[in-house]
Amino acid sequence: MTVRVQATDFDLGAELAALSKGRVDIGAVVSFTGLVRDLTGDLQALELEHYPAMTQAALEEIEAEAVKRWDLDASLIIHRYGRLQPGAQIMMVATASKHRKAAFESADFLMDFLKSRAPFWKKEHGLAGAAWVDAKEADETALKRW
Amino acid sequence: MKLDVVYFAWVRERIGVPREVVETEAVNVADLVAELCTREERYAAAFVDMSVVKVALDQTLVALDAPLADAREVAFFPPMTGG
Repeated sequence: MTVRVQATDFDLGAELAALSKGRVDIGAVVSFTGLVRDLTGDLQALELEHYPAMTQAALEEIEAEAVKRWDLDASLIIHRYGRLQPGAQIMMVATASKHRKAAFESADFLMDFLKSRAPFWKKEHGLAGAAWVDAKEADETALKRW
Repeated sequence: MKLDVVYFAWVRERIGVPREVVETEAVNVADLVAELCTREERYAAAFVDMSVVKVALDQTLVALDAPLADAREVAFFPPMTGG
């Protein structure tokens, strides 16, 4: 069970390989990677601000809740901060379990809680100026299904 | 009492500083917000709609009516947009 908050990029393949390395009891690994998207063609950068004193603990708390609810053999959350270019990796979660259902569901759970409970804020820097990304009502509603 | 108060994202931009020390006798978060709003316009601009401002006491999310009690750090920020 690992949480990393970092400015630097990560190697998705290497992270997933490391998650189950040397183990024979894991039958399923599910991962999600969030990327900086530019749907209009005018995004220059996505700036991610966070609350350093709170971020690590908040992510660990979300991960601990997933571990309590599902039979997980390993899990990983990496979340970046700073100024990221379109196409860049923002974050990833990965969950490993004996069976796929636990791995899928827990990864979904982690993402829902990361969206609205991890202290990050996104600012889009475009050609016409910069604007903070608003939280979506649907993201808050999504928490209720767990 | 003296409180470390920290701000993030557009709350930080409206208030103009990322952190400051505030001397207050407020008993809960709502009182602190009301007090700051009377001090300077920039606080009133940041806290005009508290339904879009979240609060953490010592890095734990709390409701607006949470007592400040022995808190050392109060944080104000917009709803989070992680992931």
